[in-house]
Amino acid sequence: MSAVIESHNHDDHHHGPAKGLTRWLYTTNHKDIGTLYLWFSFAMFLIGGAMAMVIRAELFQPGMQIVEPEFYNQMLTLHGLIMVFGAVMPAFVGLANWLVPMMVGAPDMALPRMNNLSFWILPFAFFILLSSLFMEGGAPNFGWTFYAPLSTTYAPPSVTFFIFAVHIMGASSIMGSINVIVTIMNMRAPGMTLMKMPLFVWSWLITAYLLIAVMPVLAGAVTMMLMDIHFGTSFFNAAGGGDPVLFQHIFWFFGHPEVYIMILPAFGIASHIIETFSRKQLFGYASMVWAMASIAILSFVVWAHHMFTVGLPLAAELFFMWATMLIAVPTGVKVFNWVTTMFKGSITYETPMLFAIAFVVLFTIGGFSGLMLAITPADFQYHDTYFVVAHFHYVLVPGSIFSIMAAVYYWIPKWTGNMYDERLGKLHFWLSFIGVNVTFFPQHWIGLAGMPRRIPDYALQFADWNMISSVGAFLFGASQILFLFIVLKTVMGGKKATPEVWEGSRGLEWTVESPAPYHTFTTPPKVN
Amino acid sequence: MSYQKYYVPEESKFPIYIATALFLLVMGAAGTINDLGKPESNSVYILYSGFAVFAVTLYFWFRAVIREHIAGLDSAQLQKSFVFGMGWFIFSEVMFFAAFFGALFYVRNFSVPWLGGDGEKGLANMLWEGFEASWPVMSTPDAGSAYVLADKNMSWPGWGNALKWLPMWNTIVLLSSSVTVHFAHLALKNDNKKSFNTWLGITVTLALIFVGLQAAEYYEAYAHYGLTLNSGIYGSTFFMLTGFHGFHVMMGGFMLAVMLSRSVFYNHFDPHNHFGFEAASWYWHFVDVVWVMLFLFVYIL
Repeated sequence: MSAVIESHNHDDHHHGPAKGLTRWLYTTNHKDIGTLYLWFSFAMFLIGGAMAMVIRAELFQPGMQIVEPEFYNQMLTLHGLIMVFGAVMPAFVGLANWLVPMMVGAPDMALPRMNNLSFWILPFAFFILLSSLFMEGGAPNFGWTFYAPLSTTYAPPSVTFFIFAVHIMGASSIMGSINVIVTIMNMRAPGMTLMKMPLFVWSWLITAYLLIAVMPVLAGAVTMMLMDIHFGTSFFNAAGGGDPVLFQHIFWFFGHPEVYIMILPAFGIASHIIETFSRKQLFGYASMVWAMASIAILSFVVWAHHMFTVGLPLAAELFFMWATMLIAVPTGVKVFNWVTTMFKGSITYETPMLFAIAFVVLFTIGGFSGLMLAITPADFQYHDTYFVVAHFHYVLVPGSIFSIMAAVYYWIPKWTGNMYDERLGKLHFWLSFIGVNVTFFPQHWIGLAGMPRRIPDYALQFADWNMISSVGAFLFGASQILFLFIVLKTVMGGKKATPEVWEGSRGLEWTVESPAPYHTFTTPPKVN
Repeated sequence: MSYQKYYVPEESKFPIYIATALFLLVMGAAGTINDLGKPESNSVYILYSGFAVFAVTLYFWFRAVIREHIAGLDSAQLQKSFVFGMGWFIFSEVMFFAAFFGALFYVRNFSVPWLGGDGEKGLANMLWEGFEASWPVMSTPDAGSAYVLADKNMSWPGWGNALKWLPMWNTIVLLSSSVTVHFAHLALKNDNKKSFNTWLGITVTLALIFVGLQAAEYYEAYAHYGLTLNSGIYGSTFFMLTGFHGFHVMMGGFMLAVMLSRSVFYNHFDPHNHFGFEAASWYWHFVDVVWVMLFLFVYIL
């Protein structure tokens, strides 16, 4: 993106934020709502992380050590649901709220009141989900993928609350996505054509489209579950002519685009950060856009690669194998573009750049293990082992989560007006980087050796690597307390940030002062 | 360049009320469903209170937006946001129905034939040997006491009986209503408010007739056909698809009725400025298209 700013006008920021608690309850300001999303996401990250700690503590040694198997299953389920729907997605929506209006030169999100509603549904939804821990029969215990009949015939009563919580989460996501799309389509500053938009904006335009396309399908899936459980229908029951595999088809038709929903905004973030700290224009802007669009389109025709072992017809196994492998092409384009951007750049390694480079490297590792899993005959061997756990944690933790952390370090000076503590930031990076690899890399090996996933106990030969994996997890978990401390410290004070913050920063958000005024671009800037 | 300011309300109490209402609604709904058959359960009152807060807040929210519009606060750009927003909302609704049509496609083309022994996964027949696949599935694979089998289904009765067949009348009514709502739109564009009100009134009446016919059909199904939610996969797909469609007809009809009352009692809308009505009519056309798909895939084929 090479937007050159001719003039911009931020002299009429006449209104500051309201005072007190109601500021946050009633706010229509995209920056306030972005902040709410980000803090909510952080809280969920810590809660979901605590559940991961319970899981890793139980797996520290073979045998049943700390929790009952039933409770282990609940932890496993809630950890997945909270991290996906409570931590990663809201963090990206929070970043979109803060950044998209500033990046396109808009005064706010297109539908500000609906924006507030999208956020405030989430605390209620997760209150319902977490309260299920205290219900008769315990919390949902069927894994975050809630396959029927585990989630129908054999589910605890709290599944009904889970279903409705998913419904309102979906409503929140759909409204949030409509808002992002309408903001991007309708509120760009004059001169900002589609192919001049910053890549984070592009990544969110595509993500929002995916969300609107698949969240209603998830709503359909949980509705069929509800009807099967309580009203005698047989969608997922072969005895009545339905099929439990039908659930998996519907779920993964939602679920596969969903995993790209959790990575596309990360692509946008990495592009900005690598560009800035390489002090070069991003290599291959147009191909980045087309790559993201291709990934999004392909994401609708690969869902059954999660289901290779359920007994699909051969033609389906082949189709979904090849379609899945095709995704490596646009993803490869992106990785090569990032590397080429860094090539011969004047690189400095501030914390956001460290996280961004780690993102590129470790996400690529996760991508390659995904390619291995895409090979149908090989997947018959890997399916439901710890290899799969290692794969998706590599794309989600050093993938999505690292990109979110990179984004926080990169833009927090713009949000708070203060620079974070670079020394502590680097410490946080290295602890997280070591922690994440020690946790998840050995899981590749124990997976290939045959350790099944979703179990509280395991055979003795997996003991050593599990212990190492748990140590890594505790390190990673503990270093996030440091992250919380760094963020709080930056909010409270620190070296004052300049408007451009970084030497090589490009884009409209760096033209306003730091912290960004409560209202930016009440009249649109002109973009060449 | 002339620039109209984009209206961003300073703050708003509506969203937090709606969020609270949704919380009450889903807690009440989940509690009520879990407590079915327990007369001492109070969850249904939570459900009612959620619905009440929801309805009242929506009334005031829409009223506020309409008043802002009349006061001229919203620029052409903001109105375009509403247009885009409604379009994407309808797209999300399309995808919701796609999930159910997808399920219908899958059971008709894969799971039921496989259970009957056909196709690549026909070995599923060994689960319930002797089950013969046919559509509609009148006898479930496990014909035991878990299912109440239907005696008759709702499928196409042949040309001879087409006019005695209720879904045919439903189709005629709903397709006509799409035409009448279009006539209403044309009348509004020609600044003929009287004609607009008449055509819109006819549309709302047709919506009511449709819902009435649908209710009659459900009564027939339960009382005389033995076709229920509990009749296996045919009943499941039939009632869920037609049921969600019927629910959307009620929503769309309600929207159109609101537009009619805005026009009749408050004289809202002019030939160039009527997106509220247009949004409702788009929704109505969408509901109509879904019915055509239903008519084809649930009733005829």
